[in-house]
Amino acid sequence: MTRGQRLLTGIVVGLAAVLLAAFAVAWHPAIAPIEPPAATSFDRMEVKRGEGLALIGDCTACHTSNAAKPLAGGRPMATPFGTVFTTNITPDRETGIGTWSREAFVRAMRSGVAQNGEPLYPAFPYDHFTRANDQDLAAIYAWLMTRPPVSARPPANQLKEAFGWRPLLAVWTLRYLREGPRADDPKQSADWNRGRALVEGLAHCGGCHTPRDRFGAEDKARAYDGAMIAGWYAPPLNARSPAVRAWTADRLFTYLRTGLNPSHAAAAGPMGTVTRALARAPEQDVRAIAVYVASLMANAPAAKQDLPTLDNQQVADQAHPEAALLFAGACAGCHGAGAPMMQQGRPPLSWGTPLHEDGPHDAVRIIMAGLASPVGPSGPAMPAFADYFTDRQLADLATYLRARYTDKPPWPDIAQAIGAARLERAPPPAKEASK
Amino acid sequence: MIGLTVNGVAYQLEAEPDTPLLYVLRNDIGLNGAKFGCGLGQCGACTVLLDDKPVYACLLPIGALQGRKVRTLEGLGKDGKPGPLSQAFEAEQAAQCGYCIAGMIVRAQALLEANNRPTEAELRAHMAPNLCRCGTHMRILRAIRRAAVAMGGGVQNVAEQKP
Repeated sequence: MTRGQRLLTGIVVGLAAVLLAAFAVAWHPAIAPIEPPAATSFDRMEVKRGEGLALIGDCTACHTSNAAKPLAGGRPMATPFGTVFTTNITPDRETGIGTWSREAFVRAMRSGVAQNGEPLYPAFPYDHFTRANDQDLAAIYAWLMTRPPVSARPPANQLKEAFGWRPLLAVWTLRYLREGPRADDPKQSADWNRGRALVEGLAHCGGCHTPRDRFGAEDKARAYDGAMIAGWYAPPLNARSPAVRAWTADRLFTYLRTGLNPSHAAAAGPMGTVTRALARAPEQDVRAIAVYVASLMANAPAAKQDLPTLDNQQVADQAHPEAALLFAGACAGCHGAGAPMMQQGRPPLSWGTPLHEDGPHDAVRIIMAGLASPVGPSGPAMPAFADYFTDRQLADLATYLRARYTDKPPWPDIAQAIGAARLERAPPPAKEASK
Repeated sequence: MIGLTVNGVAYQLEAEPDTPLLYVLRNDIGLNGAKFGCGLGQCGACTVLLDDKPVYACLLPIGALQGRKVRTLEGLGKDGKPGPLSQAFEAEQAAQCGYCIAGMIVRAQALLEANNRPTEAELRAHMAPNLCRCGTHMRILRAIRRAAVAMGGGVQNVAEQKP
């Protein structure tokens, strides 16, 4: 053998050893199928509890591609490694999880392994769901198994070369999965502990708000530092929060429950979907999430002191006269001081988090795609302005808003953010929850 | 003076550049198809086509419109020979008070020009931003389905059949 061949052999043997070690730890046998349990075999109160918990995890958001067939899967999840289609989690015998025992379901949630022993792709956030406690998982199982079964097979995954080979996932699991719920912190309140369990577990907040490493796993060293998700920016939920008003537990609760808080902003993009689910989730659990997330942001700049409103109108008007005109004609009717919408508990633009973020992505996307009405009694919605203005006008407007309502430096790369949002608007597929 | 092209006709207007297009259409040019509903981009009564896309004329400053193509209800047909949507709305008697109808027709026009074979779901999603407070929605949908056929296509997967 030449030296090169020996080296190659060495590498191959080494890789094989790593894979074998991963298999040894991560290999799981099939769990015997069961006869699909009758809906009446589940306790009604448990099913009800499961429904609420499923809203916190928002199973439906990802596992539904056709609203008429909830939970029947088939929704594409774009990842850097290719597209994974979500699975059918209705209790259908052939195509769903009808023959999954509770043990098989709990193993999937805790270990990322299907009933047949096959590892699941981490687009399914089992690295979070593993933190859910036994009672919560049992309740979600009871809820899922009492849904109407739908016969539907998701399309085959379209993964890049090699990533389609599932055994590789054993290595990922070995490296990143820390199984099981965490012990409560006795120094913290019951709400805080429940909140942490939900945030790290079923709610899987880090799935969007924590940046990922090159293997697609959340980077724990940068937990909740904020990250891009499907073209939106999920802002930091820690001391790096760019908010100019404190995120207290009460304000967070209002925001999570209605999609709007008068001191901050309206939930946009994927977060809009989250708040519409949390609006129907158990109130005490949403409060617990708010308590815990507020504690993560306790050292953010705004935590100590709420800033008053800010309006650098003169300076901004002089620097960006065309944008000032656009604002007066298109925006001021709602966002100007004293406008009717401002009397409906809407935050002034200078308090809105998007304008204070490091990048223009959220602000640009909100202007272009608009905002749905918040949850609750009907309220104003923001129209989508993508078709009103040219890219240059939109960029000018975003620059103007940043200059007028913040003291932060101008954004770079606005044109790029607008271009990306335009491309996505062409066909309007629901891409918001891709991981 | 600000230049503006509406339905292919060029106008020179004495107006502030931040004036909403709706005011200029109604008060200066005399095109009264688009209606003033809320003035806040919530109801759709003022819908016009800007480069073939439906927009609220009440939120569109005229100073932003250089080089862009504006079409209103009046531009979708000729005097005595209304466009296919107007004809279908008439045939289906799809109006109660009628205040929203101009906006409805213009929004539907944008859809059918881009795709005269939309699904029922696409049709409903497309029309959702425009409000009707009389409850004429089922007739409005029927009129648009009728117009889609007249325009050489047809709405697919219709949920509600004609009685």
